Amino acid sequence: MSTDNFNQYVTEEFETKTRDLLTDSSPDIQPVFGELGIICNRSDISSVCKLLKDDPEISMKYLRSISVVDWVEHMEVVYHLSSIEHMNRIVVKVKIPLEDLRVDSVINVWAGADWHEREGHDLFGIEFIGHPDMAPLILYEGFEGFPGRKSFEIPSQETLYGD
Amino acid sequence: METKATVIRDQDSDTAELRINMGPQHPATHGVFRMVLTLDGERVVNVEPHIGYLHRGSEKLSEGENFQQITTLFDRLDYISNFNNEWVYVRVLERAMEVEIPERAEFIRIILGELNRVASHFLFYGTYGLDIGAMNPVMIGFRERERIQALFEGVSGARMMHNYFRVGGVKEDLPDGFVPAVNILLDQLKRGYEDARNTLTESEIFIERTAGIGKLGPEKTLDYGVTGPVLRAAGVDYDIRKADPYSMYSQLDFKIPLGSHGDCYDRYMVRMLEIEQSINIIEQCVANLPEGPIQGKVPRILRPPEGDFFVHGENPRGDLGVYLVSAGGTVRPYRLKIRGPSFSNLMALSSMMEGAYLADSTVILGSLDIVLGEVDR
Repeated sequence: MSTDNFNQYVTEEFETKTRDLLTDSSPDIQPVFGELGIICNRSDISSVCKLLKDDPEISMKYLRSISVVDWVEHMEVVYHLSSIEHMNRIVVKVKIPLEDLRVDSVINVWAGADWHEREGHDLFGIEFIGHPDMAPLILYEGFEGFPGRKSFEIPSQETLYGD
Repeated sequence: METKATVIRDQDSDTAELRINMGPQHPATHGVFRMVLTLDGERVVNVEPHIGYLHRGSEKLSEGENFQQITTLFDRLDYISNFNNEWVYVRVLERAMEVEIPERAEFIRIILGELNRVASHFLFYGTYGLDIGAMNPVMIGFRERERIQALFEGVSGARMMHNYFRVGGVKEDLPDGFVPAVNILLDQLKRGYEDARNTLTESEIFIERTAGIGKLGPEKTLDYGVTGPVLRAAGVDYDIRKADPYSMYSQLDFKIPLGSHGDCYDRYMVRMLEIEQSINIIEQCVANLPEGPIQGKVPRILRPPEGDFFVHGENPRGDLGVYLVSAGGTVRPYRLKIRGPSFSNLMALSSMMEGAYLADSTVILGSLDIVLGEVDR
């Protein structure tokens, strides 16, 4: 039986360090399923990400992905961060209300946020403020609707191609 | 869509910039990838990549499928390394449901996953040679890959879309005579590897075409989230099999080949050396393949608990991650996000290509070894 499949990515020391670093914006920090989950205010996301990246001991230099989750009552943007030197992982979550689907872009922190954010804009209609180019990436120009959302219905064969 | 070349004349200077379109139906784009290149003479000044031609909505489709059915969608993401894709997907459920996997199943997975890596790198070897204008490598690359695919067909019944990994283990036990067949295959692969090395690695023309081309340093690669051989070619020691070991990798003895220049030749070299290491891993696994069950204890209907889970694994192209959001008690995922390595690697294309010669553009694109099925999902 192998033991490697349930790795833990958070040590107590790492958790306290992260807590100390982010005292100003006071987000909700909790270890969840082996990772450190941070639930952050929408306005703080850019500064929190910058702190996490620049701190030499936490050093979240690697942005793995940005995902958008449609919770119907609100949207959520999830940032998966990781450090190359240490086996630490952080998940930052931002709640976004439906009335105002906007969040600050983190493209200035990691250049690799570029296409992930454009994808989130394509599929879920989230606007990333400060992103230089929000042109459609995965969908073609003129596509109507946001196919990632729960409310999007996959069109039937008849609608797409006729009888 | 622009299909003709257009000339844009700059008012302030005498040089005229030329915009040309490459792809989506271009053999050197390895699928349906399009880029619009702006040229100043023979130099590329700007690259505008266009993706999405192969978008099938795998993430959205998976929200309507049962957990067992989604493996088939993962086969079709990175269609060059199907076993590795399936592996990451089943692992996310295994982590969520805390399933323990029998040792034999783990070894089978490693053998197939590493063979798949070898097959993928041989395919890269062949097509990369072709990108540069060498005709021999494609014959060697496909010959060796086909041997591996034939073995996969014996194991899973399909050359490519295997659907063989299951949550908790694998679909069925290995066929009779698998171990001797792998041993014969490994001997053949080693000879094929020698052929491959003698044809390209020390070829002066090849070195001239690739060394020093498409350089990307460690800082920039990390900034773009580039992983896999492209990252390691820049000298960053990051391989998930070592950095965040899964399955039985921590008990196996292998090395991570690293480059130092971060250019096209180093990317090629890292992949070639990885073939050696993978063959080494397979040999260790075949020699120690234990007897026993191939399937752990898993409920008939998969219902992972509520929560979100992220699992990643080292694919031939880099870090493939799956982010599963489970509503708890349901037989379908609430949301499934796939983090494809080719997607992030392709983002760094512009900064590699700007300033390079037009003739080098295919050399640089080929060195990334992208699979569009995974970029577009």
